[in-house]
Amino acid sequence: MQNYIIFSTLLFAIGIAGLFINRKNIIILLMCLEIILLAVNTNFIIFAKAWGDIAGQAIVFFVMTVAAAESAIGLALVVLIFRDKHSISVDQLNQLNG
Amino acid sequence: MQNIMFWTCATFAIFASALCISAKNPIRAVLSLIATFLATAVCWLMLEAEFLAATLVLVYVGAVMVLFLFVVMMLDIGPATLRARFTRWFPIGVALAAGLFAAIYAILRKAAGTLTAHENLLSYAAEVSNTEMLGKLVFTNYLLQFEVAGIILLVAIIAAIGLIYRGPQARKVQRIAEQVAVDPKMRVRLVDGA
Repeated sequence: MQNYIIFSTLLFAIGIAGLFINRKNIIILLMCLEIILLAVNTNFIIFAKAWGDIAGQAIVFFVMTVAAAESAIGLALVVLIFRDKHSISVDQLNQLNG
Repeated sequence: MQNIMFWTCATFAIFASALCISAKNPIRAVLSLIATFLATAVCWLMLEAEFLAATLVLVYVGAVMVLFLFVVMMLDIGPATLRARFTRWFPIGVALAAGLFAAIYAILRKAAGTLTAHENLLSYAAEVSNTEMLGKLVFTNYLLQFEVAGIILLVAIIAAIGLIYRGPQARKVQRIAEQVAVDPKMRVRLVDGA
């Protein structure tokens, strides 16, 4: 139980660190999001087992649906950005001057 | 036995995900993310989430990561753009990740500590399969959410196609609207026969 929590939290932390490390490649940023969602899903499953309530697994099911939709649209946006700028670096996305 | 299995898979998943976020080559990142998913699927199996483990392998490894691979291979990202990766954000990212790890772990351990007493007592019913239980739950209590999930997927399909599609580029197509709207005066010129 404890070990599983360490595992999922470590995965989450790695995903967060990856968001900060990779500034040059939006695709890897999307993959970090997938790692974070995986960690969250793992947590849901851990606690579903701990509480003996399968509703947690149903929620994982829906989270996976939304994650698949998100990555499909995200990758479409990446392709659009690449067409526009011929680069997928985060640092070059400064058109809004944010 | 289960402990050994868990530690092997968990260590593998952690290393693979660390490799994923630090890989220079995007293809290598995608492949190590696939390894992460596979190792995590084994962990999910040990948590008695058989259906979700299968879904993780089928949907994520089989569909989503293939999509990632397609995009990585389709975009011609020069190696020069991938240099200088460990930027000034690196220490901040690691510090934030370590802090988050400590905080979340503390909270979750407290939450888990309250239920270790009956942890072994509560096991899912042995005679009903995981898929059956999950199916019953999703198609009764979560029916509305299930339908909404379907609509979300439909919207995602339409949005992705609508974003990417830019009309016929290199092939010849009929422009039917222009054909229908054509006027005889544009095509036929009557010349005087004299």
